[in-house]
Amino acid sequence: MREVRDCFLGSADELDYPAQFVAGLLDPARPTPTLLTGPHGKAAHRRFNVYRNNVTVSLIEALAATFPATRRITGEAFFRAMARFHIRETPPKSPLLFEYGRNFPDFIERYAYARPMPWLADVARIERAWLDAYHAADAAVLLPHVLAAAQPAELADLVFEPHPATGVVRSAYPAVTVFSANRGDGPVGRIEASAPETALITRPSLEVEVRTLAPGADIFVGSLLEGEPFGSAAVAGHACCPHFDLATAIRVMLEAGAFAAIRHGG
Amino acid sequence: MTRSSINTAMLAGAVATALSSIASAAPLSQAEVKAAMDAGKEKCYGVALKGQNDCAAGPGTTCQATSTVDYQGNAWKFVDGGTCTTMDLPGERKGSPEPLTRDLPS
Repeated sequence: MREVRDCFLGSADELDYPAQFVAGLLDPARPTPTLLTGPHGKAAHRRFNVYRNNVTVSLIEALAATFPATRRITGEAFFRAMARFHIRETPPKSPLLFEYGRNFPDFIERYAYARPMPWLADVARIERAWLDAYHAADAAVLLPHVLAAAQPAELADLVFEPHPATGVVRSAYPAVTVFSANRGDGPVGRIEASAPETALITRPSLEVEVRTLAPGADIFVGSLLEGEPFGSAAVAGHACCPHFDLATAIRVMLEAGAFAAIRHGG
Repeated sequence: MTRSSINTAMLAGAVATALSSIASAAPLSQAEVKAAMDAGKEKCYGVALKGQNDCAAGPGTTCQATSTVDYQGNAWKFVDGGTCTTMDLPGERKGSPEPLTRDLPS
């Protein structure tokens, strides 16, 4: 079966009617499909342009709804221009608009006019992870008493099963601080942060939560999410960062609801 | 494997510290915590301000922030479980777990 994307990018000549119609929608350089005519056989350029405009604007609106903090940072005109370039380069693969925009952060990273804001792509990555967490399957989170019941001798080999909504975004910039300051409607004060930040995105019940993971905790939680046993994840956290506090990291990941269950490895 | 730098006692100690700090932050029994999480949030009709109804489900969904009048009766918002019908709203209004016929957009 042909994907939507192939219709946008394919050669117009060998395509059927809907495919020819779609082919010119995102590319203003393409001519109006010759099979389209207005009344009395007149050319239909202006009519076709209505469709072109609607498709492009609706996709820009979809990106704006998915990336509100990114848009607030750049401003409306900058965001719409950037989104338009991305849409022409990477049309949606799925008809579900909330699935669109997975490649947008990578595009932002390459976008020449966004270079002065090197953290912008990571803010967008957090926003994309936010929406994925929102639409992830519901699942109960790992409750503290379940971990409390584990035998000390078993702890090192415990494997933690990720909660379906959990995501991690690592940034070389203070992307979580910038995200949090710009995601709402409130005033954005001066942001003094400069240290790298890692975001932990979870949805323990109905609300998506975004936290910063301290250095070491990001390695520890990341290792657990990759299926490393508890003991070696703790070793990895200590190995990376001398100030790593294992107890705090455990508390944060339990409070965030990052995991759904534990099982005995080995 | 540098297991030597981390031993069972350290792991068990960290877990115990973490669990006790959670317990002091939220002094509920485990049953109470579970009940609170199960109760969680509930849908409440007729309490959202204009444009602030829930369902922030992203683009391509039709219900996000679409209410056009304050306290619109057929728009809902998540509230803490059990508070929907007891909160006071201006003009003697009450929230409801079911859609209401008051304050509909004309």
